[in-house]
Amino acid sequence: MASESNSKWKSIWKYRALVVLALPGVLLILINNYLPMFGIFLAFKDLNYTAGIWGSKWIGLDNFKFLFASNDAWLIIRNTLLYNLSFLIINTILAVMLALLLNEVKNKFASKFFQSTVILPNFISMVIVGYIVYGFLNPELGFINKFILEPFGIDPRNWYAEAEHWPYILTLVNTWKGVGYSAVVYLAAIVGIDSEYYEAAVIDGASRWKQMTKITIPLIAPIIIIMTLLAIGRIFNADFGLFYQATMASGMIKETTDVIDTYVYRALMVTGDTGLASSAGLLQSVVGFTLVITVNLAVRKFSKENALF
Amino acid sequence: MEKKRTNPFILIVLSLFSLACLIPFWLVFMISVADEDWVTANGYSFWPGKFSLVAYQYLFEDAGKIMRAYGVSASVTLIGVVVSLFVTSAMAYALSRKEFPLRGALSFYILITMLFSGGLLPWYLVYTRFLHVQDTLMALIIPGLIGGFNVIIMRTFFTNSIPPSLIDSSQIDGAGEFRTYFSIILPLSLPVMATIGLFTTVSYWNDWFTSLVFIQNEKLFSLQYLLTKTLMNASFLQTIANKAYSSTAQVTTPLESIRMAMAMIAIGPLVLVFPFLQKYFVKGLTVGAVKG
Repeated sequence: MASESNSKWKSIWKYRALVVLALPGVLLILINNYLPMFGIFLAFKDLNYTAGIWGSKWIGLDNFKFLFASNDAWLIIRNTLLYNLSFLIINTILAVMLALLLNEVKNKFASKFFQSTVILPNFISMVIVGYIVYGFLNPELGFINKFILEPFGIDPRNWYAEAEHWPYILTLVNTWKGVGYSAVVYLAAIVGIDSEYYEAAVIDGASRWKQMTKITIPLIAPIIIIMTLLAIGRIFNADFGLFYQATMASGMIKETTDVIDTYVYRALMVTGDTGLASSAGLLQSVVGFTLVITVNLAVRKFSKENALF
Repeated sequence: MEKKRTNPFILIVLSLFSLACLIPFWLVFMISVADEDWVTANGYSFWPGKFSLVAYQYLFEDAGKIMRAYGVSASVTLIGVVVSLFVTSAMAYALSRKEFPLRGALSFYILITMLFSGGLLPWYLVYTRFLHVQDTLMALIIPGLIGGFNVIIMRTFFTNSIPPSLIDSSQIDGAGEFRTYFSIILPLSLPVMATIGLFTTVSYWNDWFTSLVFIQNEKLFSLQYLLTKTLMNASFLQTIANKAYSSTAQVTTPLESIRMAMAMIAIGPLVLVFPFLQKYFVKGLTVGAVKG
């Protein structure tokens, strides 16, 4: 035994230069990922900055009781799940359609142009997205109120105060920002399909439509399924930027725009309720972890090389 | 032979789609160059009845705050990307060496970070109560330095594209691991460095969240955070405009167009370089999607 571990240390010593090369990365991951992981025990404490992290009192599940007693928990879980689910469905359908269309473009320059424009929104910060949404929805001057509703004699809406519109607005914004990215990913899969399939189909007299439905879609189906499964693994994590910037963090529309991530942020930075922040955060981490593990098992069933582990 | 012409119906649909992606930017641009009085009377339009460049004049005459924020964003991005590329590629190189005895353990170490996260509160406490970097540029730089996916993408690139015999022969010639990393690995990994570097650049440049959480000091506001403040806080916009007010002989302060002009100044660099770097972006999207 002793000599075995000895030889292990010896071989590590032999490759010590590689250890040194890996070390900065290891330390950064320790700080940024592992130390916070150990911090999850804070969800069971009554965090008090003057008493310090170690000095704060253990209170068992009180933080969670408080979280679920407030009704907020169900609201933010419902919102997070419903938004992510509708984003997933709409984005997948539109992205596959867009990828199929992009694949039909024969002219190389035109194809490049279309690809660039559809992925451009993906590279714009959410802050700018917030400005764009404001340009359309500003209650006094916004384009929608002034140039769409007013000419038709419809009363202007106070968008940032009326919760019922936001499911549509946020879905539209999310689609605008994300669909091009997914389409380009699917397009790469389509381009990778062996051209022999199509050549054989052309000889058999198959139309473009037939080729699309009988060859392209079945062959990219595994990638669609894997992307979908991975998105389901993240279904408990909302895009904080979208829900914070596009809504301008308006408190009046929380009923339809508050998600787990915005709730945790507000509890920590605005109201200073660390108990809610830590318990909601831990809940999100644990459910997320369970989902990722489950989904990974499912992905492994489909194709081993696409699984995370 | 297959026809080389695209179905015109498809071209029309795709053109409409592209238009939908671009037109929101046009609205922001038009508000920024619209005459303030016209806008307050008629609203935000895709083609304002009266144009004016006063907003940009304001911003350039009192460019202090914006230039400062530009400087913060540019230095954070530059330092962040350079350090990140070194740290990520060094770790990825160690992981790519089959002989390295800690290979399995380190891969597991990275994998865990992709499965579980401690959440916002503990993460916040690590930076503020343990490292005490709040209100410093370090708080904006450190969080983005390393990501598990990037390490794995690079490791895959090294294993697939750099023949082990090349490393062996250089080490037989007496080169140590450091020499091998610097003189063989880095020069050969330009494509993956360019792609990951570009993505890191975009994420540093677009970052406002770390500022929102860690920065109180106005002098350290990044450009994106300055914009966040300007949009959400009307009095903050007023302070930017007020300072300029004294130096311009304008009666009404063009608040509406100043706001959107600031957005244009922030989008500018990205949109200008985007067409040239587009192929790397597209490559990066597909690299990130297909794990090796």
